[in-house]
Amino acid sequence: MGLLLSYSLRNLAARRMTAAFTVIGMGLVVFVFAAVLMLAHGLERTLVSTGSSDNIIVTREAATSETVSILGRDQAGVVKTEPEIAVGPDAKALTASEIVVLISASKRSNGDAANVVIRGTGPEAFTLRQDIKLKAGRMFAPGTSEVVAGRSVAKNFEGCGLGENVRFAGRVWNVVGVFDAGGSGFDSELWGDAEQVQQAFRRPIFSSVTARLRDPGSFDAMKRRLEADPRLTVEVEREREYYEKQSRATASFIRVIGLAVTILFSMGAMIGAMITMYAAVASRTTEIATLRALGFTRFTVLRVFLAEAFLLGTLGGVLGLVAASFLSLVSVSTTNWDTFSELAFSFSVSPGIIIGSLIFAVLMGVIGGFLPAVRAARADIVNSLRKA
Amino acid sequence: MAENVIEVKEVEKTYYRDRMPIPVLRGLSLAVPEGDFVALMGPSGSGKTTLLNLIAGIDRPDKGRIIVAGTDLGTLPEGQLAKWRSRHIGFVFQFYNLLPVLTASGNVELPLLLTKLSKKERRDHVRAALELVGLGDRMSHSPRQLSGGQEQRVAIARALVTDPTVIVADEPTGDLDKQSATEILDLLGRLNKEFHKTVVMVTHDPRAAERARVVHHLDKGELD
Repeated sequence: MGLLLSYSLRNLAARRMTAAFTVIGMGLVVFVFAAVLMLAHGLERTLVSTGSSDNIIVTREAATSETVSILGRDQAGVVKTEPEIAVGPDAKALTASEIVVLISASKRSNGDAANVVIRGTGPEAFTLRQDIKLKAGRMFAPGTSEVVAGRSVAKNFEGCGLGENVRFAGRVWNVVGVFDAGGSGFDSELWGDAEQVQQAFRRPIFSSVTARLRDPGSFDAMKRRLEADPRLTVEVEREREYYEKQSRATASFIRVIGLAVTILFSMGAMIGAMITMYAAVASRTTEIATLRALGFTRFTVLRVFLAEAFLLGTLGGVLGLVAASFLSLVSVSTTNWDTFSELAFSFSVSPGIIIGSLIFAVLMGVIGGFLPAVRAARADIVNSLRKA
Repeated sequence: MAENVIEVKEVEKTYYRDRMPIPVLRGLSLAVPEGDFVALMGPSGSGKTTLLNLIAGIDRPDKGRIIVAGTDLGTLPEGQLAKWRSRHIGFVFQFYNLLPVLTASGNVELPLLLTKLSKKERRDHVRAALELVGLGDRMSHSPRQLSGGQEQRVAIARALVTDPTVIVADEPTGDLDKQSATEILDLLGRLNKEFHKTVVMVTHDPRAAERARVVHHLDKGELD
């Protein structure tokens, strides 16, 4: 019924100040709601895009992340000779044995210390991960105390910019290049020569071996064989799944805390909607009675007022989402609780978040508007007309 | 004599104010033949409006029966009573009771939403009704842009647009100046004579009562 919908719309327009404040209140809650989801989604997307589906990563059995994984040189050597591994243009197997260590570095913004991942690797690191490009300077030279920095680290940490020096493991390391990993987790790492990192930290071991598969379909067979190999105590995962797992603890933490807080906020917004709708019902007692006298049923009256509450909620939802969409431009960094290292990422929106936020907004409006609508529908015609 | 379109039989109605019973109607009976123009007069509290509300099916008696347009209203549940009202009753209120956010044509269209008419048919009916009350040129005006007399004419258009069996009017001239009141009474008279609508009108105004064919005086819930 177009006329009744326009009746609802015009009533909102007639009380535009109250309606606007209610919409703003709900918009703020939706903003927080969407922001929390965008934060968790951004974190997940960053880590998921860190992995490639053609690559596998081998770590020590039961290690939850590379930072706590140890592989001896002998074990790394066994993995590198597996027949499923692809061969590069230089006729070498496409693998990288890497050592991952955490160091403490100072943030440029406030001087606070935060953990940064140092990845000791080789030139193969770039061949294996083709989305990663050196964007300034040059690659580190093997056998030297040179490192290249991911663009977030270069931007956010003291001494990590191009041409600067950073001190760790008793040495001064020169930053000779900055690479762009397309917003993935590697952007939050420093990469150096594996042998040099092992020596500096006095840790003659690797953390992981990453390899490109010739045929991604051979993964299962290879995993089964390696994990059963008596010489090895390893776990084999697809690189993408490995990084996806890394995002779980932090993303769930953000979601649970964030949503709990938002739901508390939403109670306030619902009460706001309720007050607005009670006021709407009270000021329209005669109108409601007139509609009923003309033959409109209680159910229609209920629908008219729920439609108004629905409109309030929808407007609030759209407002909140428009505001939240600007957050996509903001980059944040936090400690990834799975690796204890600092990870930079952006708020990221998805169709699911948009739909979820709108449903949340509409629910707030409709729940807030329900009791007032019931009151409107139950009002006695004769008494209401007498008040005129 | 035409058939009775309204039959009120032995009706009693008591209101409670702070648990004090206030009897309003005491065993009242009334019959209105089809096409009649009846005025109900009497002092405040005599039960005129209560009687009108009962006839219009927006209130229910404590005792007795009310049969309007062949239907015993006591037998209808709430939802069906609402449907019945939309088909058989046209309301004219003292304070017009137009919805302020809708235009004149929107207000007149409202009761048509409860019919099965198409959008175009509804628009034609609305135009015809507004032209009948002399407001064909005010279709898209909002109630605020109309005078009291014009508002009441819009209300009459709303009351007649569904072609109801009975038009009930509660003090239709109570809020109007003399000139506008005369116009409204002329209009109600026309509906009765030309369109053979049964009109039941509550009024305090003796000049209004003069237009009616029958005047019933109520006092303390009984007909004089």
